Amino acid sequence: MSSKKFLSLQKIQICLNGKWLPADENMNVAAWLLSQETLQTRLSVTGMPRFAVCGMGVCQECRISINGQAHQLACQTKCQPGMVIETGEIR
Amino acid sequence: MSGRTDVIVIGAGIVGTACAVSLQKAGMQTSLIDASMPGCGVTAAGMGHLVALDESAQELDLCLYSLGLWREWVQQHPGIGQVVQCGTLWVAENEHQLDEAKQRAERLNARQWQAEMLNPEQLRQLEPALRQGLAGAVRVMGDSVVYPPVIAYQLAQELQALGGELLFRQRVTSVLDTSAQSTMVVLENGMKIAAQYLVVAAGLGVADLLPEIPVFPRKGNLAITDRYPGRLQHQIVSMDYGQHGMTADGLSVAANIQPRATGQWLIGSSRQDGQADTQVSPVAVGAVLKSAIRLLPCLSGMNIIRTWAGMRPASPDGQPIIGAHPTRPGIWLAAGHEGLGVTTALASAELLKDLMLGKNPAIDPTPYAPSRFFGRL
Repeated sequence: MSSKKFLSLQKIQICLNGKWLPADENMNVAAWLLSQETLQTRLSVTGMPRFAVCGMGVCQECRISINGQAHQLACQTKCQPGMVIETGEIR
Repeated sequence: MSGRTDVIVIGAGIVGTACAVSLQKAGMQTSLIDASMPGCGVTAAGMGHLVALDESAQELDLCLYSLGLWREWVQQHPGIGQVVQCGTLWVAENEHQLDEAKQRAERLNARQWQAEMLNPEQLRQLEPALRQGLAGAVRVMGDSVVYPPVIAYQLAQELQALGGELLFRQRVTSVLDTSAQSTMVVLENGMKIAAQYLVVAAGLGVADLLPEIPVFPRKGNLAITDRYPGRLQHQIVSMDYGQHGMTADGLSVAANIQPRATGQWLIGSSRQDGQADTQVSPVAVGAVLKSAIRLLPCLSGMNIIRTWAGMRPASPDGQPIIGAHPTRPGIWLAAGHEGLGVTTALASAELLKDLMLGKNPAIDPTPYAPSRFFGRL
């Protein structure tokens, strides 16, 4: 059952900074942001845009707010229906 | 060294730097020595609160005297030390703790340190991150949290601006009282510096320099989260704090969660004696986090970015050691402040300065006299 769910690539909707966009279910969030040409998961303390560097859960650069919970790792999270993602205001 | 030195202060933590500034301001030519840099020892390892603790009448005296001095200091140093005037919520989990919280509120209010009782509903409104089902809390308005190493550094800079001397990265290996009129420190490199008086404010280093002074290490484990601005408004402390309930391995834990200026949560606290080093103890950190999550459930979903441990310089009766060395003329002490060194630093400095100058201190110095550990002399 779980492996079948893992393979699912159904079309879903994700809310990115208030805008609903199509995504593939279970796609990596960092990869999906890349596909949206969004190289930003958050703003640094000094207001600089930040994005994934290592892509494997180590560098902590891709911290992102998902469903109101700050500091999730985009590279370790899969896209799920109805997900609400915030990446900070400056683009 | 140029010219005379009246007093050498050993230890540039929050207590030593405060003493040095008070003495220099009082007209004594002061040198401040530290094996490292200002505020880099215990001062940097601890939580950094300015709180009115009232476990005993004398403890409250010293805290309130010091908090008054801190209020002036903060007004005179805007923007320095990451001061957050968050107040403290002493959280009661049951009716027994609630009774104790009421007594605390009465004691503090009687001394004009404003405290108000909150029922569970008021508590939830004020701090929604707290769990449901708490019995209530006492909110202490005037308490703050600060970042102590920055303040120690600032005090050292002030000493220099006032004409005092800074000697950093110089370890004192021994102290000598050569005569009633002169004392001397010996540095690691063999150099000797003489002065009329020595103030030993070396934290745990006191045990090395003056083995007859009973300062011992009491270990604490701490954790800090990533930045979650706005999620917590007050310092949260369990009414367990100071109750000293211990497990079989001598570990005592009570939740203390501080909202830092960065939006991070600094989480303590544990106390454990007889520990040899500052290695982080997973058992102690686990117990600390568990106690904090019990009050603030959302912590379980927050990122901890660092854990560390430090040693509080404790004294056998829990009171600091401030005053003249009972058997070695010329040597003075400001030590053993355990977890209250930041809160009580400024009062300790004023008390010590008044005693050294033969003036009447603003509060009774007897509870802190080093002679109390020496029996009948």
